[in-house]
Amino acid sequence: MESIYLAIPLSALVGSIIAGLFGSVIGRKGAHTITLLGVGVSCVLSFIVLKHVAIDGNTFNGDVYTWAQVADTKFAIGFMIDRLTSMMMVVVTFVSLMVHVYTIGYMKDDKHNWPKDSRGGDNSYQRFFSYISLFTFSMLMLVMSNNFMQLFFGWEAVGLVSYLLIGFWSTRDTAIFANMKAFLVNRVGDFGFLLGIAAIWTYTGSVDYKEVFERLPSIQHITMEILPNQEWLLVSVIAISLFIGAMGKSAQVPLHVWLPDSMEGPTPISALIHAATMVTAGIFMVSRMSPIFEMSDTALNLVLIIGATTAFFMGLIGIVQNDIKRVVAYSTLSQLGYMTVALGASAYSAGVFHLMTHAFFKALLFLAAGSVIIAMHHEQDIRKMGGLKKYLPITYWTSLIGSLALIGFPFFSGFFSKDLIIEAVHASTLPSAQYAYWMVLLGVFVTAFYSFRMFFLVFHGEERMDEETKSHLHEPSKVVVYPLIALAIPAILSGYLVNPMVLGDFFEGVIHVDEVHPAMETLKHHYHGAWDLLTHAIFTPAFWLAMSGLFSAWFIYMKKPSIARFAYDKFRFIHTILDKKYFADEFNMTVFAGGALALGKGLWAVGDRFLIDGLMVNGTAKVTGWFASISRRIQTGYLYHYAFSIILGVLAIMTWLLFGAKYV
Amino acid sequence: MFDGYLLSVLVWLPILGGMLTLLIGDRFATRPVALIISVVTFAISLLLWTGFNAKGYQLQFVELIPWIENFKINYHLGVDGISMPLILLNTFTTVLIVLAGWEVIKHKPSQYMAAFLIMEGIINGVFAAQDAILFYVFFEAMLIPMFIVIGIWGGDNRIYATIKFFLYTFFGSVFMLVSLIYMYTQANSFAIADLHTVKLGMTPQILIFLSFLIAFGVKVPMWPVHTWLPDAHVQAPTGGSVILAAVMLKIGGYGFLRFSLPMVPDASSELAWLVIFMSLTAVVYIGFIALVQSDMKKLVAYSSIAHMGFVTLGFFLLFPIIKATGSSEGALLGMQGGMVQMISHGFISGAMFLCIGVLYDRMHTREITAYGGISNRMPWFAAFFVLFAMANTGLPGTSGFVGEFMVILASFKANFWIAFLGATTLIVGAAYTLWLVKRVIFGAVANDQVAKLNDINKRETLILSILAIFVLAVGLWPEPLINVMNDSLVHVIDQATTSKLVN
Repeated sequence: MESIYLAIPLSALVGSIIAGLFGSVIGRKGAHTITLLGVGVSCVLSFIVLKHVAIDGNTFNGDVYTWAQVADTKFAIGFMIDRLTSMMMVVVTFVSLMVHVYTIGYMKDDKHNWPKDSRGGDNSYQRFFSYISLFTFSMLMLVMSNNFMQLFFGWEAVGLVSYLLIGFWSTRDTAIFANMKAFLVNRVGDFGFLLGIAAIWTYTGSVDYKEVFERLPSIQHITMEILPNQEWLLVSVIAISLFIGAMGKSAQVPLHVWLPDSMEGPTPISALIHAATMVTAGIFMVSRMSPIFEMSDTALNLVLIIGATTAFFMGLIGIVQNDIKRVVAYSTLSQLGYMTVALGASAYSAGVFHLMTHAFFKALLFLAAGSVIIAMHHEQDIRKMGGLKKYLPITYWTSLIGSLALIGFPFFSGFFSKDLIIEAVHASTLPSAQYAYWMVLLGVFVTAFYSFRMFFLVFHGEERMDEETKSHLHEPSKVVVYPLIALAIPAILSGYLVNPMVLGDFFEGVIHVDEVHPAMETLKHHYHGAWDLLTHAIFTPAFWLAMSGLFSAWFIYMKKPSIARFAYDKFRFIHTILDKKYFADEFNMTVFAGGALALGKGLWAVGDRFLIDGLMVNGTAKVTGWFASISRRIQTGYLYHYAFSIILGVLAIMTWLLFGAKYV
Repeated sequence: MFDGYLLSVLVWLPILGGMLTLLIGDRFATRPVALIISVVTFAISLLLWTGFNAKGYQLQFVELIPWIENFKINYHLGVDGISMPLILLNTFTTVLIVLAGWEVIKHKPSQYMAAFLIMEGIINGVFAAQDAILFYVFFEAMLIPMFIVIGIWGGDNRIYATIKFFLYTFFGSVFMLVSLIYMYTQANSFAIADLHTVKLGMTPQILIFLSFLIAFGVKVPMWPVHTWLPDAHVQAPTGGSVILAAVMLKIGGYGFLRFSLPMVPDASSELAWLVIFMSLTAVVYIGFIALVQSDMKKLVAYSSIAHMGFVTLGFFLLFPIIKATGSSEGALLGMQGGMVQMISHGFISGAMFLCIGVLYDRMHTREITAYGGISNRMPWFAAFFVLFAMANTGLPGTSGFVGEFMVILASFKANFWIAFLGATTLIVGAAYTLWLVKRVIFGAVANDQVAKLNDINKRETLILSILAIFVLAVGLWPEPLINVMNDSLVHVIDQATTSKLVN
């Protein structure tokens, strides 16, 4: 079995290397064949592993090789295969496979995206396949890891690929700004993450999950003094540090700023990386570390607050966006907030469950948006669309499925996962749960509103595109449409796994929930399966909020557009705040970017050039030179000057010998 | 092969080979001759790796011949797990430098090659010397070829840079000589092993420590004696920058391990805070300075200083760790991290300077603003550049990660704030490196010069590929390297925690 585990990431890697290094040799067809084959193998094997783990009940934890052995600490590359891992593997490889297929259609004319004087377009098709396969490899290494070192490796490796893909069209200024921003903001998260790992190693002497978890009880009550006279619980420090890492990767406020900009990348990767998989790495990581987080109520409260804030306030921004991809991006931010809230409420399984359903329906929504973008000849403004239903029927129906899943409409996957999160927060006993509950509840309305605002503006109503575009409108090729259908199926059905995954004991022994956090227990007590949730749905405020959001969107944007204009005119300042995303970018650019540059300039001018080089180094040289120029005057070259000074010297010595010496 | 005199071969073969290229002159085949000599030297140096016994810290490949018997000065060579990888780094880098100067150096190529070959032999001598005076001789002799390289093949302001370079480093090392002579009067021997064991009082230890700190601190270079490095780098030809960054800086780090920590352990413990302060300043302060540089070479030079900060930090974490936890457990991780960082920085900074050299050869400017959109014209070069830039930011999977990761882990054991400040390199280091990449590599074609660029040729591809392989190999599997150094570093920790105070 072990060789299968190894084969899963490596087959993706091999495809990536071949397509990347030998792209011009194997050509476009060769590149997509080899990478599809690689990821296809990963995907099939992942399903086999899932069966092996989930149905046959096997688990695996072992090292592949020793990366470094220093004193008693072993840093290894290894795999931990349990139910959480195998579920993630299936989600990652399945979505990745769909995206690979989709890319064949989406990137086929990529040469047009490059200027004439650029060689970047020569092999860009092959390069793109290489990158997404490399991403699949990195993501698999991340989820399959059995230790923190490899987790960090995967963590940064997916960040690297994200960097390369956001900036894929590297001749565009916005793209290369966005990718640098994404990497740097993620690095802020990684900074915390690394400190967390360092703290874990310091106190447990290991970076291996199993060993660390075993040793947790011994560090449970240790406190450390970070600021003078302030004792902090060590596990809180660790949990918060790790969570900072999760905030970066999973784009939680205030480290969310990179995700909307990441839409500069081609749409397939927005679906794969910036919606379905990479951004959920933080959720996965916190779930994996549940034994640590369970020990710190402080950390859980923070997680709740951050998640709830992201869920609601990022959703609000989605309402004012007009770029089709950006609407979906803000919806992703908001949904990641929901998952985070679930973690804070100790409903890890609900968070992971939402991660899974979201991966399917959000990848679907993004790919559908991509399909619209292709049909519209790379027009992304929803104000210039409308009435696309009749031109793009498959895209329309799959989008509808995705949107209904997203707003949590009963019978669709998102209903089960989102409803459980809301219920879990409701049942949570932590102090911040109250705030979080209201945020996620109101968020349901917001989600439904922005989702269907976009849906109606794109697919229904008046056709606002120009005649030229309209005459070319048609459903894109099969490779684009089939993945939509393939994703639509789990977008509906995956919700029915709620019984084993959240309400059952699927994650028993993988995710640890302490008795003092009873939210999940309460839920399991109330609901026994999908049917319970469905019958209960119409009695929940969430359902009615979703319905009213949907209805409001329809009413405002289809029936009475004057309301939208009226609101826009009357509440311009709210619109401005939302449109400017609460001025977060302006703040970061002025304070952090500007501050760092000013500091650097100041240190360089004052520290290095004035103090060290000016005063110390060249100053020493100048003093030496000055001293030499003075002493040079004594060296006149006249014999009588020298003779005179000899006489002076002799006199001085004699005086000293006669009068001074005897008293010494 | 070469039983009993392998190290001498590694010292003298390149020096004699350098003389040979001088004799040949520019008339014929000076480049192939230089290449053959450097490759042969590298091949022979591999025997060190294959013949090395990683168990134990004892010196291996020892050679001992009396030299100046009146003062008990010996021609005494030998290596342990610390110096052996550094010698390999040196012989490896020299091959790349000879290749890199192949077509580029048109002015007196034979002398250029000779200078680097002679420097290779001398630096091997520095790492192999087990006699303090022999070490000192090599240590100083090394300045001469470097002085010449910058002074003759350097840029417009090369005279200022060479003099600054020479005086700075010379200023550092004379104090070391005084200390060595003082210790000789106490130990009645110049053998480094004897200086390791001689008892010393606290005051002499402190003074000796400070003199070493100046000597090696300038070499590393540590803040605030670092300002010679950016000037030297900017003015040096590509080969000079590469050997300077990849190998010569390592002599400073090596000096701390071979001299400061074992010879004056009590003073090292007493003044560890100073070294750690200087190291952290290098990491944080220099990082911000690198951010605002407009000259590519200067930027990479400052980034070198910041990265070398991790080396000295890793070495001296031992003492705060003992203070915080009462045992030296965990300190080994810091030391290993420091050593791996030295080797890794050799590859990465060497690669970065070679990359800048590739651009400079084509465009004759190092100003960042003169570039933009290189990837449109030189896609393969861009791929290499991004890889090395990522390694420079410490991306896991590259060698740049290993050392920083280990040092940050170990520093948490010492103190939260040391780890905190050290880890800021994750952000600042990424900021200056990626901003460089954005401005130089990405974007639309910036101007007509860029539009005319051609991608790297086979020779350049070969050089960068070799470095890329090493950067990835060490990043993906550092264990062989760590294993070789392990016992010697454990020994250094033993020495550094054994008091030498006279009761």
